[in-house]
Amino acid sequence: MKVLQNIGIVIFLVGLSTFAALPLLGTFKVDKTIVQEIVSDNSIKSELFIQDLETKIQDKEFNGIQSLSPIIVSALANANATHRKNKEYKKVIYTKGRDMAGSIAKKSGVGFIAENKGLMWFLTFGLGIIGALLFIVPQVVLLGPKGIKNDGIYHQSSTNKGWIAWLVFIFLVSFYLVLYFRPEYATNWTYLVDPISESLSGNPAGHWFVYGFMYCIVMSVMAVRMYIKYRNNIYQVVRTTSVLFFQIVFAFLIPEIMVRLQMPYYDFKNAFPLDYDFFFQWNLKTLLDSGGIGIFILFWGIILTLVIVPVMVYFFGKRWYCSWVCGCGGLAETLGDPYRQHSDKSLFAWKVERWLIHGVLLFAVVMTGMTLYSFFSETGTVLGIKTQSVQNVYSLAVGSIFAGVIGTGFYPIFGNRVWCRFGCPLAAYLGFVQRFKSRFRITTNGGQCISCGNCSTYCEQGIDVRAYAQKGENIVRSSCVGCGVCSAVCPRGVLKLENGPEKGRINSKDVLLGNDVNLMDLVNKK
Amino acid sequence: MNHIVIIGNGISGVTLARHVRKLSNNRITIISAESDYFFSRTALMYVYMGHMKFEHTQPYENWFWKKNKIDLVNGFVEKVAPDSKKLTLKDGSTITYDKLVIATGSKPNKFGWPGQDLKGVQGLYSKQDLELLEKNAPNNAICNRAVIVGGGLIGIEMAEMLRSRKIPVTFLVREKSFWNGVLTEGESTMINEHILEHHIDLRLDTNLEEIISDENGRARAVVTDKGDIIECNVVGLTAGVTPNIDFLKESCIELGRGVKVNRFLETSAKDVYAIGDCAEQHEGIGSRRPIEAVWYTGRMMGEALAQTLCDNPREYNPGHWFNSAKFLDVEYQTYGWVFSERSKEDHEHHFHWRHPKEKICITIAYHKDTMKFLGINTFGIRMRHEVFDQWLTENKDVDHVMTYLKDANFDPEFYKLYEAEIVNKYNAAFNKNIRLEKKSWKRIFSKA
Repeated sequence: MKVLQNIGIVIFLVGLSTFAALPLLGTFKVDKTIVQEIVSDNSIKSELFIQDLETKIQDKEFNGIQSLSPIIVSALANANATHRKNKEYKKVIYTKGRDMAGSIAKKSGVGFIAENKGLMWFLTFGLGIIGALLFIVPQVVLLGPKGIKNDGIYHQSSTNKGWIAWLVFIFLVSFYLVLYFRPEYATNWTYLVDPISESLSGNPAGHWFVYGFMYCIVMSVMAVRMYIKYRNNIYQVVRTTSVLFFQIVFAFLIPEIMVRLQMPYYDFKNAFPLDYDFFFQWNLKTLLDSGGIGIFILFWGIILTLVIVPVMVYFFGKRWYCSWVCGCGGLAETLGDPYRQHSDKSLFAWKVERWLIHGVLLFAVVMTGMTLYSFFSETGTVLGIKTQSVQNVYSLAVGSIFAGVIGTGFYPIFGNRVWCRFGCPLAAYLGFVQRFKSRFRITTNGGQCISCGNCSTYCEQGIDVRAYAQKGENIVRSSCVGCGVCSAVCPRGVLKLENGPEKGRINSKDVLLGNDVNLMDLVNKK
Repeated sequence: MNHIVIIGNGISGVTLARHVRKLSNNRITIISAESDYFFSRTALMYVYMGHMKFEHTQPYENWFWKKNKIDLVNGFVEKVAPDSKKLTLKDGSTITYDKLVIATGSKPNKFGWPGQDLKGVQGLYSKQDLELLEKNAPNNAICNRAVIVGGGLIGIEMAEMLRSRKIPVTFLVREKSFWNGVLTEGESTMINEHILEHHIDLRLDTNLEEIISDENGRARAVVTDKGDIIECNVVGLTAGVTPNIDFLKESCIELGRGVKVNRFLETSAKDVYAIGDCAEQHEGIGSRRPIEAVWYTGRMMGEALAQTLCDNPREYNPGHWFNSAKFLDVEYQTYGWVFSERSKEDHEHHFHWRHPKEKICITIAYHKDTMKFLGINTFGIRMRHEVFDQWLTENKDVDHVMTYLKDANFDPEFYKLYEAEIVNKYNAAFNKNIRLEKKSWKRIFSKA
């Protein structure tokens, strides 16, 4: 079994290394038709840029995107600078240099990688999946009888912030940096999944398709691990199945199929304000121009946020979204599960959390207010501030850096719910509902707590669960996503997630059940 | 304003300190030689097993004590002089008090076995014991086998700990079946099976005769009363605990096995109190033992004594008995009294149900004449403390418990429920026709 696992690690690392090397490999040859296509697709009117393309890259071979991309980026920047200087604003190209480089590269890949997509898929994704499963599946036997399997978590380099954890950290952060800020380097990755993309939406894959596909694969493989690790706990099994279903069907398949059907790309479960650009002008325009389905999506998006989400939180707590449906939560609960113990439980972290997450919510609401004002009044500025700039700041700082680079990249160091705990504006909104108007609570079972700290240690949201349990109090914190792991790891059966009457939900206690009845009455009813 | 000095920073002493602080401005000092800050003793096993780091076992952040004006002294009290109200510490310094609370807990039993003080022989109670085990048994290359002597809660925990590092374990249990002085036969049998399932070499009805030394004064093997010699590197002595009160021997405070206290938790010396594992009631309260070495009772004594120390004198008057433990993967809870076949009285009868395959069972104790519900042991099913506490207070009979059993379930959502099977067996056994009622939030929260 152990041997099988070691073989799995080797195979996985081969797949991962191939994947990691791809951005710098490959040959690109830009022939004349490609340049013409690019010019017509982007309706480029800058003769300077076209001339540069023709002289500098046309009919030349480039080894690795790193030799091609800088030429395009600087050519575009130079052309734009000249046009702006000459006030030829009609000739300015608004596509970003790196996106331009990406679309040119996508068309011009030649050689082994671009011509052997299936094989390359197998050498990256295929080997990754096989290797990971070879490592994970033997745990059915190796972990022994079913039960809580946290042995050695704080002894292992991978889960105790050792060198493996730091390597994972570097890999994840780099991956997100490429995805958000150097998308042209993802070109080779897009080739691997072109056949899949074409079979779904009919279009070749872009780098976001790579991300979406990879997201589903990673979640599926790590869900197998969840099923094995938590096979004693049916709540975890059902919940994992749910997040997996919503990711694959709602976040991945349905939007792609909608594109094939000439409909707007839309994830029906992605609620505003997590879906922060829902009210952005370009999105509203797309929806309004898409006929019936567009209007339906607009209507659905608004109802989802204003009615469905809060009503469901009233009945079930925010867990129905955060750990049963949401994609961010889905990755956190599968890929992130080995790192859940790293969330900071200190009071200080809780203070930071409240300022940050509510700050982001405020930011999102103000930005959306400005966006809508600008949309209806058809001005670009509100009180002298450019709406577009505010949107750009939010997209960069919150949408890319906070949610992506920090939110997922920092899993091995800060735990798996950094984004959900400190940044997600939707979580902040649901948190208000959960805290003040909900039937959900984690019930503390009388006086049974022994203050061992397993619940707090394994709370991914950094809630000091024990602080409540050892006082006999229910846990009703706004940040709780109801993953149920505190209840799972409790050795004494003290914690239960449940939805019940609002009366008695918050039950401050000083003396716990089991002691003198009169003393309890005296102290608890003051 | 009194100066209240507490010796011992376990759950009893710390609960007391917290409650005194809530009620008063008294000066509070806690003295401990074991650790700078309060930690949960019951969680030490998880540190060795790698589930947590030691700091995770500390329920309060380090700033908590200063903020609440609770002074912490790291020191070992050697002498208590109740006449002059003075303590002398090992380093020679002295501390005077107005009220003294002894909350020094327990220490592992040693029964005079030959070789019991060899290197590699240890109990498992304190933080130092944990550190010692980390040294004695870091992995299965250094520790090829461990022998654990004494089949109680700490014994099985220690076996679980060592198994988490794949160290072979032989478990010597004096009784004919694991912990059968407390558990009923069916339960004890199930746990025997579970121990074997975890590849622990369980030797029932076996006593330790001697621990054999190697040339360096380290344990090399143990000899059992069956004549077996078991080679090992570590011997765990887990045959119960005894109050940790040696430092009081010359203090004139009345001692038995523990520090003798009355119902107000007062010792024989004025302004000296004792709580937790080390306190011994003159007579057990209800069916309780005079010494209760249990987390929960320590906490309850702390809650009660805080009132007395803050001018609201109160007897220690615990409510219905409850307890819990975990045997490897099987959780155990108990509410009310279920005595084992070895210790129960004639009027106590049992109804037992066990799952045909899983390690799940319950035992309900009742009075054979009145059918009054006396208590329940539950394994692998979580049950609600509040609900059973209420049933015990209201003197419900077993029929009532069976009818409303669904109200008591505390398992996580989507778990398979066994109430129907339990009630079916009950109906068949007693020729009754009890019909299960649906779970009712109203009933469950009627006391909340």
